[in-house]
Amino acid sequence: MLRYIGQRLLVAIPTLFLVVTAAFFMMRAAPGSPFDSDRKLLPEIEANVLAQYGMNKPLGQQYVDYLAGVAKGDLGPSLKYRDKSVLDILKENYEPSLKLGLSAILIAAIVGVSLGVIAALRQNRTADNVVMAVAILGVCIPTFVTAPLLVLVIASKLGWLPTAGWNDGALANLVLPVTVLALPQIAIISRLTRAGMIEVLGANYIRTARAKGLPESLIVRKHALRAAILPLVSYLGPACAGLITGSLVVEKIFNLPGLGKFFVISALQRDYTVVMGMVIFYAALILVLNLLADLLYAVLDPRVRLA
Amino acid sequence: MRRAPVASAPAVKGRSLWDDARRRLLRNRAAVASVATLALLVLAAAVGPYLTPFAYDQVDKADVWMPPLTNGHLLGTDALGRDLLARLLTGLRVSLAIGLVATTVSLLIGVAWGATAGYVGGKLDEAMMRIVDVLYSLPFIFFVILLMVTFGSNIVLIFVAIGAVEWLTMSRIVRGQTLTLKNKEFVEAARAAGLGRTAIVARHIVPNLLGPVVVYVTLTIPAVILAESFLSFLGLGVQPPMASLGVLIAGGASDMELAPWLLVFPSLVMVVTLMCFNFIGDGLRDAIDPKDR
Repeated sequence: MLRYIGQRLLVAIPTLFLVVTAAFFMMRAAPGSPFDSDRKLLPEIEANVLAQYGMNKPLGQQYVDYLAGVAKGDLGPSLKYRDKSVLDILKENYEPSLKLGLSAILIAAIVGVSLGVIAALRQNRTADNVVMAVAILGVCIPTFVTAPLLVLVIASKLGWLPTAGWNDGALANLVLPVTVLALPQIAIISRLTRAGMIEVLGANYIRTARAKGLPESLIVRKHALRAAILPLVSYLGPACAGLITGSLVVEKIFNLPGLGKFFVISALQRDYTVVMGMVIFYAALILVLNLLADLLYAVLDPRVRLA
Repeated sequence: MRRAPVASAPAVKGRSLWDDARRRLLRNRAAVASVATLALLVLAAAVGPYLTPFAYDQVDKADVWMPPLTNGHLLGTDALGRDLLARLLTGLRVSLAIGLVATTVSLLIGVAWGATAGYVGGKLDEAMMRIVDVLYSLPFIFFVILLMVTFGSNIVLIFVAIGAVEWLTMSRIVRGQTLTLKNKEFVEAARAAGLGRTAIVARHIVPNLLGPVVVYVTLTIPAVILAESFLSFLGLGVQPPMASLGVLIAGGASDMELAPWLLVFPSLVMVVTLMCFNFIGDGLRDAIDPKDR
């Protein structure tokens, strides 16, 4: 097990390296510089500023320097936010993103699995059709449609919840963003659960369990569910990617603090180091989640051998 | 023995894979209804912009914030007095076009990549699929955003950027399919019959690849439309005054307190379009590969 984890982490390094390289040169190919402003800087001042950040060196040299920094865990200073390093920005802003993402995935998992199980047990009956219709809607209605519509109806017209803002993560402020983030995931998870459940319920060992006279609820909970949610585990990586994408929209609509906003703004402002830091952070996050998913898979399914 | 050319008498016609698939598809009511709805939407997007009395970018300072059904504006107007119906039809056209073109890009890259990897096999296969794995584990949206920022938001680039990202799954599907097909008995038989490599690929591999590829194409188009709208929503995609569904929804979301119709109608069109594609994709999958049900 430990050896497997080590191997996977070792493979992750070239991946991250590729990510960093691609992002670095793409960012640098963009016209403009982080020090552009309405007022033109004096050439001497500009040269000084560039020298300060080592940007007067040839691009290849800068790339090597940057890689050396990253290898030591130093993501460099932000070029736009004075006196802040990229790590500072990540540290100060990850909390809302984390809170939103975790709550959304947790709720999506609980609701999605329950709906999927109900649908599978009532296959081709009303409950199933309703759940599947909702699931299709959930997949087809993008976050940037649900978010404004929910704000319009629930927050603006009915006034039940605040329309926007973070308010230190108060529950009322969390409800709408988390719902918006969770809905598409609920749709996908319930579909996956239903498909897995239907397949498993037809398996021989379920028939054996029934023949032994075990109560249906026990069969569902103990025997079927465990096997049926296996496909969900492999969905963990893509789910996380989906949440990140969704959070870009949600942060914008609900005016929340968080990491997503920095990415777009920094990219537009050519804040190279912040953009690179974000890319590295998210790529690493997804790599780790994929690894966790594979480990979890092996724990749940003893037939899978990690090698 | 070569088959004699059929002159007049129609030979006994076997039911091909595609005949079967068509019959199964026609029995799927959701898919048939979606095809009809989508045909209407495509028609509206194609000819609609020429039929509306207003141009999509025609500003009318006298008629701002008109609710639907006033002053000849069927769906109302926006903050600049532009006719929503005209903008919606144009936006739908742009979104559909992006969906089609970007999907074609992803199709070309994906099929070429996947078929090469699958057919050649060995080290090359391993290297090519490793690249796909690496790209897969990236938050792709970041790279699209970087692309848009790097090269500015023009429509052609949106096509290419999204297409260049969406080919990954396509190449995996094509490779997997090629691998299984390569070792099938009918390919072996064709080889034994002396058919050349190109002929085998063209006559036996590609037609059998087509099924899953077609299914995946119908599922890629909505994904692309969604990705474009997402970019436009963040202000990185299609630039106003040009319209796309994403641009319209973003505009509608910021004005929804004053003019909810600006949000509701574009959202509705978007959702219906995506649903149609998804139903057709699901229907095609069930029709072409019934064992997946």
